[in-house]
Amino acid sequence: MGSMVGAAVVRKEDPALLTGRGTYVDDIRLPGTVHMVYVRSYLAHAKIVSIDTSEAVAKPGVLGVWTNADLEGLPPNRSVPGMERPCLARDKVRFVGEPVAVVVAADRYAAADAAEAVLVEYEELPVMASIEAATAEGAVPILDGLESNVVLEQVLSATDAEAELAAAPHRLAIHLKNQRCAAVPLEPTVCLADWQASGLTLWATTQTPHHSRNELAAMFGLSQQEVRVVAPDVGGGFGAKASCYPEFILTAELSKRLRRPVKFVETRSENMTSMVHGRAQDHDIEVGFDDDGTLLALRVRITQDCGGWPDATGIGLPTLTSFMAGGCYKIPVIAPSFRSVVTNTTPVGAYRGAGRPEASFMIERVVDHVAAELGLDPLDVRRRNFVQPGEMPFATQFEGIVYDEADFPGALDKLLTTIDYAAMRADQAARRDDPSKPLLGIGFSTFVEMGGFGPTPLFEQFGYVGGWESANVRLNTDGSAVIKVGTSPHGQGHQTAFAQIVADELSIPFDRISLVHGDTATVQEGIGTMGSRGAPVGGSAVFQAAGKVRAKAMKIAAHMLEADESDLELVDGRFAVKGAPDQGVTMAEVAIRSFKPHLLPDGFDLGLDETAYFEPSNLSYPSGAHCCVVEVDRETGWVKVARYIAVDDCGTVINPLMAAGQIHGGVAQGIAQALIEEVRYGADGQPATGTLVDYTLPSAMDLPRYECDHIVTKTSFNPLGAKGLGESGATAAPQAVVNAVVDALGHLGVRDVEMPCTPQKVWRILQQKAS
Amino acid sequence: MSHHKITVTVNGAASEDEVESRLLLVHYLREVRNLTGTHVGCDTSNCGACTVMLDGQTVKSCSVLAVAADGADVLTVEGLAADGEMSPVQQGFQQCHGLQCGYCTPGMVMAATGLLLENPDPDEDEVREGIEGNLCRCTGYSMIVDSVRWAASHGGAGEVATRHAAH
Repeated sequence: MGSMVGAAVVRKEDPALLTGRGTYVDDIRLPGTVHMVYVRSYLAHAKIVSIDTSEAVAKPGVLGVWTNADLEGLPPNRSVPGMERPCLARDKVRFVGEPVAVVVAADRYAAADAAEAVLVEYEELPVMASIEAATAEGAVPILDGLESNVVLEQVLSATDAEAELAAAPHRLAIHLKNQRCAAVPLEPTVCLADWQASGLTLWATTQTPHHSRNELAAMFGLSQQEVRVVAPDVGGGFGAKASCYPEFILTAELSKRLRRPVKFVETRSENMTSMVHGRAQDHDIEVGFDDDGTLLALRVRITQDCGGWPDATGIGLPTLTSFMAGGCYKIPVIAPSFRSVVTNTTPVGAYRGAGRPEASFMIERVVDHVAAELGLDPLDVRRRNFVQPGEMPFATQFEGIVYDEADFPGALDKLLTTIDYAAMRADQAARRDDPSKPLLGIGFSTFVEMGGFGPTPLFEQFGYVGGWESANVRLNTDGSAVIKVGTSPHGQGHQTAFAQIVADELSIPFDRISLVHGDTATVQEGIGTMGSRGAPVGGSAVFQAAGKVRAKAMKIAAHMLEADESDLELVDGRFAVKGAPDQGVTMAEVAIRSFKPHLLPDGFDLGLDETAYFEPSNLSYPSGAHCCVVEVDRETGWVKVARYIAVDDCGTVINPLMAAGQIHGGVAQGIAQALIEEVRYGADGQPATGTLVDYTLPSAMDLPRYECDHIVTKTSFNPLGAKGLGESGATAAPQAVVNAVVDALGHLGVRDVEMPCTPQKVWRILQQKAS
Repeated sequence: MSHHKITVTVNGAASEDEVESRLLLVHYLREVRNLTGTHVGCDTSNCGACTVMLDGQTVKSCSVLAVAADGADVLTVEGLAADGEMSPVQQGFQQCHGLQCGYCTPGMVMAATGLLLENPDPDEDEVREGIEGNLCRCTGYSMIVDSVRWAASHGGAGEVATRHAAH
């Protein structure tokens, strides 16, 4: 048997998903299920004067209508103390789409009809749908009991770097906007609650079943063994399904009251205003540097738009941005600070990268600004400032933020072997003088981000029990293996990747290994899937549990062969005596023996069934170098991604096929942020992007073919050497694209184009420069 | 709300059902016929997760009323495999990693199948154009393109879909 780790095996997950036999939450049918539909606010900020439910209650098939007043004692969603969001709006609504009431009816159509019949009288309040409005002089606090809409302010450095900035030969002030985006997993939020005498079962579209169980148990005053949360097949998440949504709590409460299963299925239009948005940061930057582009000081003031309620996950995002502000560069002084502002918009939470893409965009745009200011090649400025491989692990100025093994210049070197940079620059110059051809732009992104989320002291700050992950590996009597893992995949392919790890460690055929996940009733404990932690943390737990099984199996084999353990080796599914390969026992023979006490040493623990909790020694830091080549149409301002080349360093690659899939998907979302996507609101807080008609997701026509490669520097922070890569593409791509767009227009004196670089925006710049 | 009796053949099996006038075909398939392989990803007919074949044409089943399918022959993702063997398109998606979370996949597979019925050997641009009405948030589409091209060289739309379209 060859090594499975590193092999591009096709996924175990696929046959069910490809034949319509997957099980997403809405596919689960329980007898007697009734359906919950929300009545949502159509105003962004208003007092609720009255709610008339009489007509709705009388509709056919309706089991009841509930408002906040009808659910006294129902705990609010957890968040920052004092800022907890009630499941249904109490007295006031704070964003368009905020739930005001719920209707439960026998079927979804009837429930939707009845929801239409609920009459809510509002008294409108001043709307503050932007950071500017919410922080303007005299702005009314949106959250009761607070004095302003700035709900959190933090300074993350001892200095404001003013002295270093003042002393620097050059100083630039830059304003950057990381626009609000929507995660848009193709499956919206869905949940099904079944409250019985024995407790609550909730099937939910979540990335964190165990965490959700803990939250729900605490909210309802149940013990954790009375609550079961199941995340079956989940249709994408991208961070937005790591938040706990009011519908999880409401369906549970209403199932308890109605003594029937209650299901909630969000429509896409609801999802666009209900599921947390991402990014939504403004950056005010000052950078000091010398004549050759050496960075001397960086000050970043971040303003985070939190939306109408601070989300428990979202509130920590600008902290991560601050920690990563230096990117892969040695900057003597970095002074980040942030303020989080409540606005009359949808709450903001995690979205693929969650705080780190914002940092990476910022510093990579800053480097290009510095290069433009000095007339240097942006690659020269990068090379001048890279942390070098010999300086790893690299302790940043922020406590606990230590970059692991990496080779930032090495990734760029590899990238440059795939493109003819000089020829591209020559082509660019030639095109500038040839109006018949589109303008060419070349953009780079040499990025580093955080992966492998843990360890516990960090993850506790986000409300999780720990930053570890757990795995159990058990051999059946026939020698086949079952893995149970606490990660909760929603497209990542853990069934395949983790089976590859166990196949290698136990020398068991890949086809004889299966994975159980996403169910708190069957999986020991878990944290979940987010922060690129599946392979580095979950995979390491699997690796360690398998290692324990292997060690115990070795003891049994030694007993069976009457040999010393040190004389045995596990090769091709068989424990054999070194140098005498004909003497051996198969793993399957060892497995059945493990259940035969009379054939084992006295007192030997039966079975091959081992659990491991893996705590990473720190975060891992995936990195890499990406290049984007764009063509800008002179007539329309349309930006076409002509080439996209990615060299990633995620450490150990477990499955190259799936690794490519993760990079592709992340890059796609990054390109879309750079060119297409933006959640927009009117000044009245009305969403201008409330459906997929208005919020454009990229189609196959909008995205390029990706050219992907890797360098591998293994991390020493976990035994697999894997750093994670789910978020790398989304972290790296926006600035590669925007740098390319700006580069295409650089000869016109353009230094910045705000995301998304839509044809309209670029066309206006071209028009303005021509006149 | 008025009701109608309709007879719809889905994956070769005919059934007579009484449905509300406003019932969408996708909800008929999911709730009445219990075929949950066809998904709903939006409410504006942008995403294509609900794509099925209706009398040989791919349609977004969220944009067709169940009553409009009266007397029709519908093929869904559950019906694509022939004698338990996945169709070339389904196999292509597995071989080329054309799916991750799997939610858009049934619709994408049906759209790709429809494309191959019309154009048995599409080049990359033709595939991209052909699946433009189906959104995937996970893959970035490159490997979906590869999957469809793989299928084109391994039997195309497949036996069941070809038979359905010819019918």
